[in-house]
Amino acid sequence: MQTRITKNSGWKQFFQTVVGRAYPRVVGTMRDLNWLFFDIFMPFLTMVGYVYVYRALKAPEEYIGFVVLGSAMTAFWINILWSMSSQLYWEKEGGNLALYIASPTSMMAILLGMATGGMLATTTRALAIFVIGSLVFNVSYALVSFWTLFGVFVLTMVALYGLGMMMASLFLLLNREAWHLANFVQAPVMLFSGFYFPVRAFGFWPGMVASIIPLTLGMDAMRQLVFPSGTLIGLLTPHVEVLILAGLSVVYVLAAFFMLRYMERLAINQGRITDRLS
Amino acid sequence: MLSIETADLSRTYKIKKTRKTPASTLVALDKVNLQIQQGELFGLLGPNGAGKTTLIKILTTLLGPTSGSAKVNGLDVVSQSRELREHINMVSGGETSGYGLLTVRENLWMFSQFYGIPSRLANARIMELLKIVGMADRANTKSSNLSTGLRQKMNIVRGFMTDPKVLFLDEPTLGLDVGAARDVRAFVREWVDSDPTRTLLLTTHYMVEAEEMCDRVAIINQGRVLACDTPKALKAGLRTDAIYTLQVDVLEDEGFEALKALPGIRTASRKALEDNIELELVLEEDSVLTRLIQFLADHGSTIRTLHKREATLEDVFVSLVGVSMKDVENSNADQDYQE
Repeated sequence: MQTRITKNSGWKQFFQTVVGRAYPRVVGTMRDLNWLFFDIFMPFLTMVGYVYVYRALKAPEEYIGFVVLGSAMTAFWINILWSMSSQLYWEKEGGNLALYIASPTSMMAILLGMATGGMLATTTRALAIFVIGSLVFNVSYALVSFWTLFGVFVLTMVALYGLGMMMASLFLLLNREAWHLANFVQAPVMLFSGFYFPVRAFGFWPGMVASIIPLTLGMDAMRQLVFPSGTLIGLLTPHVEVLILAGLSVVYVLAAFFMLRYMERLAINQGRITDRLS
Repeated sequence: MLSIETADLSRTYKIKKTRKTPASTLVALDKVNLQIQQGELFGLLGPNGAGKTTLIKILTTLLGPTSGSAKVNGLDVVSQSRELREHINMVSGGETSGYGLLTVRENLWMFSQFYGIPSRLANARIMELLKIVGMADRANTKSSNLSTGLRQKMNIVRGFMTDPKVLFLDEPTLGLDVGAARDVRAFVREWVDSDPTRTLLLTTHYMVEAEEMCDRVAIINQGRVLACDTPKALKAGLRTDAIYTLQVDVLEDEGFEALKALPGIRTASRKALEDNIELELVLEEDSVLTRLIQFLADHGSTIRTLHKREATLEDVFVSLVGVSMKDVENSNADQDYQE
């Protein structure tokens, strides 16, 4: 063996880990093209259903835009549930979790890598749904401020994937069949976050409660920033929503950090979390 | 210099009450004291459920001890676990780590990033190791398309590529065919021999593997270390060279119990073959054989074959536990089934 190994530590190792763990998700998008059918065509059918319901009810044409936007953002929620929250559970079943814990890297870097990879791969899906939906249903947008919209989107993603990282530890700690938990929260969140209609329709306070899911405020702000009548049906002003999203980002990322530490401690004390099928 | 050191290391698990069984405590490790020198290839030999994997989990910081202490490379496995992880790695037999969508090289590269190895060095190292294990031509094969043997070789490369000071191999040849197992053993031995600062702890329930590869072996059963020495010294400790394998046409339970009680018979085990009964007997001296043959004749048993052989670690295990390792595993499996 000729090659002498040197090893980075600290932040360099942290970023190497993020890139390393993000890699399978990004590469997976290119190698397994099933997503073209399951993640674009199938959500597209759901979108078509909502569009025709609104058209049958003679709803304002902007509601078609809400549906297209909501369908695109659904891809992120599905990714959070099925690929992020359940991921540590799958890693345990596959035998990777023990190797992650026994390696010198930070588990936070591993989770951040999963989140980054998932976000990049899902953005492709969301963009495809958004572009196809907009073209097929001839949706027109009136962008108020590109940078505000970009900021809202980024903050929504940080808060959402922070929530996903926190849920990854939570799902593992609950130690139940991950898909049951994912199934349990999938539909209620899609309803209360207002994926296909303004969340204000539920009333102010139910909308605020639903805002613990970052997509609620993120989509509400986006609707206000890209549709002319958006401000009339907004829950809060976009600037207030940006502030709350920033707060949620900090809360969820910190919660993920502490949950991970707790999970690792529990794994070591009880010796069951790294075992398959425990 | 000591590489691994445990002092009264114990680990218990609380078993929750179920509708059928009351709450209980399972002792997985019971006051284990081991001292493994730097440069050693050390084997932990014992049946399934003996506590080998529990010990490895503690030493690799994946599990905390209930009491006692353990140090690896001079670092405490509990209070200095983060520093320790820089210096160790582990590979388990039959593990399915990595991602099937990635190629062999990509999977290995991903794990190298968790250890902070720069990509260029990692890729060079991966290709070197893949060549050594005869997998260079599979570097770009998706890991989901690998056979069990090739997958295990990939796992072995994952363990070695970070150049750990202490490497833990948990049943590394589990499920491998004879050729692949031989390759893995040869590679492991060469890795330890090529640098005296490296240490390797290997668990196995294959006697031959422990005997062939290890500088020293600890025999472990029910969480306790029963003996620890070089394979040669352990076998010499039997103080006998009278080990016989006999095949007889018939021997009922009653007759076998009476045979075990014969003067001069240290241990006896029995295995049913297709047509015959095979007896493994450790005698105090060769002269006991005369009495044994007479005994079998009196019980209507005809001797079909009789071989005298060298002592093995299996004999050591039988002399320490009273039954063969296979019997212990079968008994554990029966208990699990009944529970």
